[in-house]
Amino acid sequence: MKKNIKLFITLGLILMVGILSTACGEDKPTINVYNWGDYVDPDVIREFEEEFGVKVNYDTFATNEDMYVSIKKGGTSYDVVFPSDYMIERMIEEGLLEKLNKDNIPNLANIDERFLDLEFDPNNEYSVPYMWGTVGIVYNKNMVDDVVDSWDILWNEKYEGQILMLDSQRDSIGVALKKLGYSMNTRNLEELEEAKEELIKQKPLVYAYVGDEVKDLMVAEEAALAVVWSGEAIAIGRENDNVEFAIPKEGTNLWFDCMVIPKNAKNKELAEEFINFMNRPEIAARNTEYVGYSTANIKALEYLPDYIRNSSVAYPSDEELQNVEIFKDPKDFLSVYDEIWLEVKAQR
Amino acid sequence: MVSRALKRLYTFLMFLFIYAPIVVLIIFSFNNARTRGTWSGFTLKWYAELFRDKEVLTALYYTILVAILSAIISTIIGTIAAIGIYGMTKVRRKIILNLNYLPVLNPDIVTAVSLMTLFRFLRIEFGFITLLLSHITFCIPYVILSILPKLRQMNKHLAEAAMDLGATPFYALRKVIIPEIKPGIVTGALLAFTLSIDDFVISFFNKGPGVSNISITVYSMARRGINPVINALSALMFTGLIILLLIINSRSSKSIGERGDII
Amino acid sequence: MRMKWTSYPYILWMIIFIVVPLALILLYSFTVGEEGGITNLRFSLDNFRRFLDPKYLDVLWISINLALKSTLITMVLGYPLAMIIAKEKPKKRNVMILLLVIPMWMNFLLRTYAWLTLLGKNGFINYIITKLGFAPLNLIYNDRAVLLGMVYNFLPFMVLPIYSVLVKIDKSLIEAAEDLGANKFEVFSKVTFPLSIPGIITGITMVFMPAVSTFVISRLLGGGQYMLIGNLVEQQYLWVGDWHFGSAISIIMMAFILVTMAITAKFDNQKEGGGGLW
Repeated sequence: MKKNIKLFITLGLILMVGILSTACGEDKPTINVYNWGDYVDPDVIREFEEEFGVKVNYDTFATNEDMYVSIKKGGTSYDVVFPSDYMIERMIEEGLLEKLNKDNIPNLANIDERFLDLEFDPNNEYSVPYMWGTVGIVYNKNMVDDVVDSWDILWNEKYEGQILMLDSQRDSIGVALKKLGYSMNTRNLEELEEAKEELIKQKPLVYAYVGDEVKDLMVAEEAALAVVWSGEAIAIGRENDNVEFAIPKEGTNLWFDCMVIPKNAKNKELAEEFINFMNRPEIAARNTEYVGYSTANIKALEYLPDYIRNSSVAYPSDEELQNVEIFKDPKDFLSVYDEIWLEVKAQR
Repeated sequence: MVSRALKRLYTFLMFLFIYAPIVVLIIFSFNNARTRGTWSGFTLKWYAELFRDKEVLTALYYTILVAILSAIISTIIGTIAAIGIYGMTKVRRKIILNLNYLPVLNPDIVTAVSLMTLFRFLRIEFGFITLLLSHITFCIPYVILSILPKLRQMNKHLAEAAMDLGATPFYALRKVIIPEIKPGIVTGALLAFTLSIDDFVISFFNKGPGVSNISITVYSMARRGINPVINALSALMFTGLIILLLIINSRSSKSIGERGDII
Repeated sequence: MRMKWTSYPYILWMIIFIVVPLALILLYSFTVGEEGGITNLRFSLDNFRRFLDPKYLDVLWISINLALKSTLITMVLGYPLAMIIAKEKPKKRNVMILLLVIPMWMNFLLRTYAWLTLLGKNGFINYIITKLGFAPLNLIYNDRAVLLGMVYNFLPFMVLPIYSVLVKIDKSLIEAAEDLGANKFEVFSKVTFPLSIPGIITGITMVFMPAVSTFVISRLLGGGQYMLIGNLVEQQYLWVGDWHFGSAISIIMMAFILVTMAITAKFDNQKEGGGGLW
């Protein structure tokens, strides 16, 4: 019996501690932040907490779609969220976002002008850009002797079994569309059929459709060519200098992750403070150094080391960005993309 | 004896198979590089960073808390339920059991979405409680799954005999039935804990701001790449568990009875 | 002892947390209309009809195929292990079981990633193999790798139930058989194995089901080259936002699994089955 009593007491204590700790901590104002995994310097969050005397509840998500379901389902409230371009477009249309009071976000002026007033949020009424990048081809210069300047190379039979594609519907279909010279946002069914055929043709040459493991694989030299986001390319380059990055001449996808405030945010003003804080040049610089992706904050560049600032991977010239497109929300076309992807994947 | 050596070899190979990835994880927690593609030197920096990473530590806290709580609660409810179900007539029992096993049969995402829809329908705010409730829901069937066979293996006349000798039903429950099915209870609790600690989908859709678990934290790094801090965490967790196992093992050697199994 | 009232609290729980949510899923599957909402729903069999397209049936078939293979392999590998552990002394076998289970408490995604490092072209296994002078093996991004991943993930779930049944087999039955002149093989096939069938059935229950609906393993170790039914369901709910179609697919999966379990239960000699499933 004694042992049982001890057991019950321990369990009771655990229960109490558990319940108490979740109930307490209500004394400081809190802000709920919802971001991609590992996408901010943790010290920055701590600094914000200290400077403003608040508590930050920091949650993470893996994809825009996960985040969307989380927010849409209701019953939760986040104050600041970091969606991507097409998702912001969708959320604005569905009335899920609050308009920003720009008086509370003076540091909006630090954003690179090229990245303001974009199609998915004209006039930046709802969003402030955070990080941006492109999609391109990384290649191992010892394993690839051709010039890499076109998406064609990913269809080159010479590199059979050495090609990595992204396991993401839109990105891969987008690559095929660009290769054919069509828009990544096309709604033309014929063009999409062609893209599907291209992907099916390519499948035997593809080593794998991957996610973030692409970095490990390229660093370990298990493949010669891969489609990656520019931020990944930087990370790969740091660990293996045989790997280079190129943006194909047909053009590519330009993407943005921005900060927004959802409609049911409990603490809108604090949220705007947070957005403003994140856009202080030194703060933005620290975030971008930690994360390794390109910051949209132009004043932050002064705080970055030269080799990053001058990197054409991280900060390509306007010339290289000539044929870029931002993703638009496909809306009802999602099921079309889905069926195409299904057919591509189901090929044996 | 040849067959003894074969058995040893087989067991060794199986455990090697099970532990190979763990060893890899631990090795990479000391890797200076961020990716797993290359080894660039030995370092303890990820361990240092781990203790400063509030997000991961909070997630760890909730993971363990929810796992322990749901294991305990689901074991209690499951044990009581299993005893009750065992005493039912055949037809009713079949129906109840089949309903019970639905969370086991369903893909995670269906259970996740169905629970989420329920909570939304009832207008409950998502948070720690919804997370805990969903975990308990998917744990209980496994507890029942572990206990029922033991109930069946038990001699059903033992409890009757106890009551014939003057025991109240509750006393018979405590002193006769429960000790007989204890291995099943322990297996059930262990299963519940295991399933809860690594759950992603159900947790992701049924939690609230500020509440997270390790699985969600890890999966959300899918785009950027896993921060090796997680490897350090796993290595520490693993070492801790092994040490715990050794301690329990050495201390319980005296109190193991003749049949001596916990499972 | 007929203490069936003890199950009533749980029955209530089940109704709230299992039956009602599933009724909602059933509702979604038989309707079309606004995603995620309960208004504007129209009854329709379209979702099910849509699934009858060969490309979806193909996906179902591949998933089931893979799940069957992996369940079989897990059973073949897991049974001997369960037997070996069951024969050990109590203290040792408790340790062994815990050692078997502890790796399951490490994050699954991480462990699967670790396999990438082991199985890669330049991975650890190939490193050893090439050092020994052999040609490197193609161990990843194919069927083999996916099966390995699935067996790896599900092995403890097969071993535990079989072990827990084996351990409780009345030793005197075995002694009696031996006394009557049975050799080792006969003892196994006529006594041990039949008595362990409930455990096997439980094991199959706990492995086959998740195996059919898994998608992470095939994504990571199969190089995303597979479209399995788990992927399909996930895509419908998360990516496309078509909860109706997603629910229909889930219902179809469930129906299929229930049928399979009914068939498996026929193999059970005892009336009750491993865990009472059917």
